[in-house]
Amino acid sequence: MTYHLNFGFVWRHFDKLGWGLVLSLELALVSILIGMAIGLSLALAYTGGGRFTRGIVAGYVEFIRNVPLLLLVYLVFYGVPSVGGFAYEATASFVITLAVYAGATMVEVFRAGLAAVPGGLIDAGKAIGLTGWQRLICVRLPTMFRIVLPSLSNAYISLFKDTSLASVIAVPELTYGAQWINTNSFRVIEVWAVTAPMYLVTGYGLLFLLQRLERRFVVH
Amino acid sequence: MLYAIRSLPFLWQGLFVTLEVSALVVFFSLIAGVILGVGIVYGPWWLYWPIRIYSDFLRGIPLLVLIFFLYYALPFVSINLTNIAAVVLALAAFETAHIIEVVRGAIQSIPRGQNEAAKTIGLTFGKRLLYVIAPQAVRRFLPPWINAVVDTVKGSALVSLVGIVDLTLAIQQVIGRTYIPMPLYILGAVMYFVINYSLSSASRALEARFAYIRE
Amino acid sequence: MTEISSTSPVVRIRGLRKSFGTNLVLDGIDLDVRKGEVVVVIGPSGSGKTTLLRCINLLETYDEGSIQVDGVEVGFRDGAGAVRHRRSDRELSRIRADIGMVFQLFNLFPHLTARENVMLGLRKVRGLSAAEAKRTAEQWLVRVGLGDKLDSLPNQLSGGQQQRVGIARAVAMDPKVLLLDEITSALDPELVGEVLTVVQELAHDGMTMIVVTHEMTFARDASTRIVFMDGGRIQVEGSPRQVLSMINHERLKAFLARIELKQH
Repeated sequence: MTYHLNFGFVWRHFDKLGWGLVLSLELALVSILIGMAIGLSLALAYTGGGRFTRGIVAGYVEFIRNVPLLLLVYLVFYGVPSVGGFAYEATASFVITLAVYAGATMVEVFRAGLAAVPGGLIDAGKAIGLTGWQRLICVRLPTMFRIVLPSLSNAYISLFKDTSLASVIAVPELTYGAQWINTNSFRVIEVWAVTAPMYLVTGYGLLFLLQRLERRFVVH
Repeated sequence: MLYAIRSLPFLWQGLFVTLEVSALVVFFSLIAGVILGVGIVYGPWWLYWPIRIYSDFLRGIPLLVLIFFLYYALPFVSINLTNIAAVVLALAAFETAHIIEVVRGAIQSIPRGQNEAAKTIGLTFGKRLLYVIAPQAVRRFLPPWINAVVDTVKGSALVSLVGIVDLTLAIQQVIGRTYIPMPLYILGAVMYFVINYSLSSASRALEARFAYIRE
Repeated sequence: MTEISSTSPVVRIRGLRKSFGTNLVLDGIDLDVRKGEVVVVIGPSGSGKTTLLRCINLLETYDEGSIQVDGVEVGFRDGAGAVRHRRSDRELSRIRADIGMVFQLFNLFPHLTARENVMLGLRKVRGLSAAEAKRTAEQWLVRVGLGDKLDSLPNQLSGGQQQRVGIARAVAMDPKVLLLDEITSALDPELVGEVLTVVQELAHDGMTMIVVTHEMTFARDASTRIVFMDGGRIQVEGSPRQVLSMINHERLKAFLARIELKQH
């Protein structure tokens, strides 16, 4: 069968892709922000806590990181309402799922970041009389954030790609838009020939921008 | 509930498909990834750029997009693969890109002094690779590679979206008949967890065991 | 072809020039090292001393000039006329087998025991049998004082012990000349002595050596000749007594003063 490329349908409905891309970026952003909040609290709990606390945190991290994201998406969207008795719309459900997923990665990032703060800085803080809380806020966290910036950038770009899974519960992000065009026109090659580069360019564009941002802050 | 328990064999079958797909992908991606990874490090310049572009391209798009693209597009260019072949191809292509990076990292993280010391005692290029570089590269390669295997198993769940009855799709089909989503999702999660946690524990154990290579 | 006589130098360097990009690191070096000599090269960082050493066994290529080890041009096949062909990896390997090097950062093979580190070259380059290689390796390791550490991995050894394995690995190959690149600079002070003792014994037994170092005591006591390099050139050359008591060379005096300050 010969195939003639015809991008017409794709361009006519490009808004689904364009706005889908925007939604993907938003989903990733909200998820990483919530994820960072989860991750930081749990990382601090882990670092400062006893065996029981560490066990709970480790259990959460290990569970999320070893189960497919797709299954988690289903679990939250279909499973939770069935036991909780309430329903929520797909976008909210996906954000919760991705935030919890991001949180697990963030725990590891922040835990490693806190451990990487040079002991000498903390000693210096003690030496000038800062309390534990003050040392945390004024010395350890600022230093840690500078150390983990590259990891945060990579995590965001990763989450951006993971938003493609929102399409399975009909959240109108980029992949869903592409699937819509796919099934409504069978312009298969054209739609993915546009969508894949959209992910690529956005991903590498983000990488470039974030690296430039990092250069102003990063501690090596 | 009883119905759910009687569906266990069906889930078991789904698990088997998951493992089968994962094993095929791991096998092909390991071979391709190692060959291309070594090629990008030691090969001529005209080999570097194609492999580099391949690796950067496939790591820059979501796996789901790749699966959909190959699954829908290949028949249009007269390549008619079975469903399983198409998804294994997509997954293997994706994982190969990641393994190229793991291989590259394993080789390039070896300190330059190692190659120099090997030159100093008179070893030729081939012998340097065989007796000094490869033993160290393999030890650096294994832990992150096992992590890639875990990613493959997790990624295999996406084949459920193109109709392959793996563990994930099996779970959904059972839920469709029994209407008790949560316990089944939890069961599925536990099954994936058991597989992947064993693998990642092995990876951590190997990393600790091989720490001496990074002294 | 050169005739091999007892007066022909083991290492013969003429007009050696090398640049890293636009940076001229070696600016015309002439040096002869005869059999049994211990030549110590001193000088400030950036003077090119390490680069000089690394050119001798072609870890760095050189742009102009000639380096001959035992009459063989190291870097080039020397075609007819002005055209020079760089040596292939195979040719270089054969040449390098006869030149030993000990590194500042040891560079021991971490996946091999001390014995296996020394055996590798013996088996795969010299072609000795497993039994012969084992015997030779063990002899040399005992010689450097590590008879009880034969089965240890490098990460189980102290810095001084690792460096002594490095020396054994280089010397077991029976090289024509031994190159020592600041081999004690990365060691804790209390471990320096054990390494220098081994080197001095080797020197006493007639090993030809070129040593880059900051250890002035070693330079004074163990060398047959001291070479002071600065700015990519040999500035001063002579016996230890001559060089270390020289009062009319400004740069040398300044350098020695800085070193003295550091070591006290």
